[in-house]
Amino acid sequence: MLRRLISGDTPRSTVLSIVLLVILIALAFAPFLFPGTRSVDTAARVCIFIALVASYDLMLGYGGIVSFAHTMFFGMGAYGVALASIHMGRGFDALLVGSVAGALAAAALAFVIGLFSLRVRAIFFAMITLAVASAVAVLVSQLSSITGGEDGLNYKIPRALTSAHKFMDDKLFGVRINGKLANYYLVFFGSLILFLILLRIVNSPFGRVLQAIRENDFRAEAIGYRAVYYRTSATCISATVAALAGSLYAIWLRYVGPDTTLSFEIMIDILLMVVIGGMGTLYGAVIGATIFVVAQNYLQNLMGIAEAALGDLPVIPLFLNPDRWLLWLGVLFVLSVYFFPTGVVGRLRRRV
Amino acid sequence: MSDTVLETRDLTVRFGGHVAVDHVTCTFATGELTAIVGPNGAGKTTYFNLISGQISASEGSVHLKGRDISGLPVPERVDLGIGRAFQLTNLFPNLTVLENVRLVIQSKRKKGFNLLTMAASHTELTEAAEAVLERTNLAAQRDQIVHELPHGTQRKLEVALLIALDPIVYMFDEPTAGMSVDEAPVVLDLIEELKADTSRTILLVEHKMDVIGTLADRIIVLHNGALAADGPPAEVIASDVVQEAYMGRALEDA
Repeated sequence: MLRRLISGDTPRSTVLSIVLLVILIALAFAPFLFPGTRSVDTAARVCIFIALVASYDLMLGYGGIVSFAHTMFFGMGAYGVALASIHMGRGFDALLVGSVAGALAAAALAFVIGLFSLRVRAIFFAMITLAVASAVAVLVSQLSSITGGEDGLNYKIPRALTSAHKFMDDKLFGVRINGKLANYYLVFFGSLILFLILLRIVNSPFGRVLQAIRENDFRAEAIGYRAVYYRTSATCISATVAALAGSLYAIWLRYVGPDTTLSFEIMIDILLMVVIGGMGTLYGAVIGATIFVVAQNYLQNLMGIAEAALGDLPVIPLFLNPDRWLLWLGVLFVLSVYFFPTGVVGRLRRRV
Repeated sequence: MSDTVLETRDLTVRFGGHVAVDHVTCTFATGELTAIVGPNGAGKTTYFNLISGQISASEGSVHLKGRDISGLPVPERVDLGIGRAFQLTNLFPNLTVLENVRLVIQSKRKKGFNLLTMAASHTELTEAAEAVLERTNLAAQRDQIVHELPHGTQRKLEVALLIALDPIVYMFDEPTAGMSVDEAPVVLDLIEELKADTSRTILLVEHKMDVIGTLADRIIVLHNGALAADGPPAEVIASDVVQEAYMGRALEDA
């Protein structure tokens, strides 16, 4: 049963199994284990980025396709929910319509980009995605009457998903059983399902073909696989999942803007998460997203504590000032690439 | 052995000013094993590339069972029954031997777009792949990663992939090149076995004249991209033009 659920793709390393299990439990019970707005918010982001990074890895790690348009697809799902909620009024129907419309639009756009540019060399596809993604980002910030421009959009989501809605008066284990909790579990299970679907796809016959094409597209064609069809399909699937992750993000945040979904910084974050976790294994997405999002949110705190503790020493506190957190994130990244060139998962799985 | 399965008409390709294959018109009958010989650079591999579709012709056409396939991309020609093993080993280096063969079986059975089942649950594909490994004497290397294998074994896997594909037209491009003395016979026996199946047509580029003499039904000679001789092995090998111009040295070697 469990094997079927994870599509027979076992972690193949005791340490990795334990780490994954800890992350799963931590996320599943996050509102109870780490109560507090900020920690639950971080947990929700971790969930969403796991799905998002896993969908990117389907392209990069399994298909060998470099794309810079992943945040665009992410944003399409998010804006879909936002626009539907504004124009249809708050309601679950708006969330559903927005998510489906965003996913379909993302898949359609991915199909067009893929069919036009995946026939030729990979670098061309990467450049096309960069161009299209930049164009879309500019459009979104300029068409402020529709998209809210740089300010983004605020909208209302169903009451049952907000903290104003209480399911019971008493607290359970010290946690209010309200709409916000329901919203977290929507995000958690939504991301989990997306992840499990991706896990199945990479372990399906289709996933094997993708790997074959990544390894040697010339030979893959010579045994009868049309590489462009497979690459385009992988891009469409990846775009669809990214859009759905974007919809979850929009539902969680109740806000969309260019900075939260479309920015190039997020694109780079996704790339870093894939590389840190390990390309070509979806468990890498779990590890990469967890490390990165938690570091992004808590490195500053950690540094603040360290600065206070070492306040009496000369010079050192300067480096530990919370404002320098990006520097340390950079150091963390360089170190992880240096010590784990195949990612954390690749390292843990290495055959002894 | 009369009906034509494959035909090239005035097949020509130019690279800049160089004519690599020069108006080659030739027919291949079902069940026939044709050896293609000629000195290095004669255009043998290029002729293969034109037939299997890796490069497209400047002039002329390729016909399979009467149908013009000149404009089709490689995978569609594979679907129609043209299969190819390569001269330079061309495999999936980071996958296992079994996985390499399984991918071919999976392609043959059109399971590639199966998205939501586990690849591992398709035991029929694994069994078919194992049967091919058994046949090609690779069963012992089943779970080894391809790039860790010795060169000769990789060559054997190259042939195994073509056998797994089981096309109508088998194209072998120097299948025994780089193989050890005890490995080459395994591959030649396989080709002999394929030859026994009269529904299959085999095209074989090979340098070893002793091999061709006994194996081939017919030999064609390419020289500077053009068809220089065509006929039964004994006749072609004995012909003056071949003896003097191209085969002299090869015969001495053999």
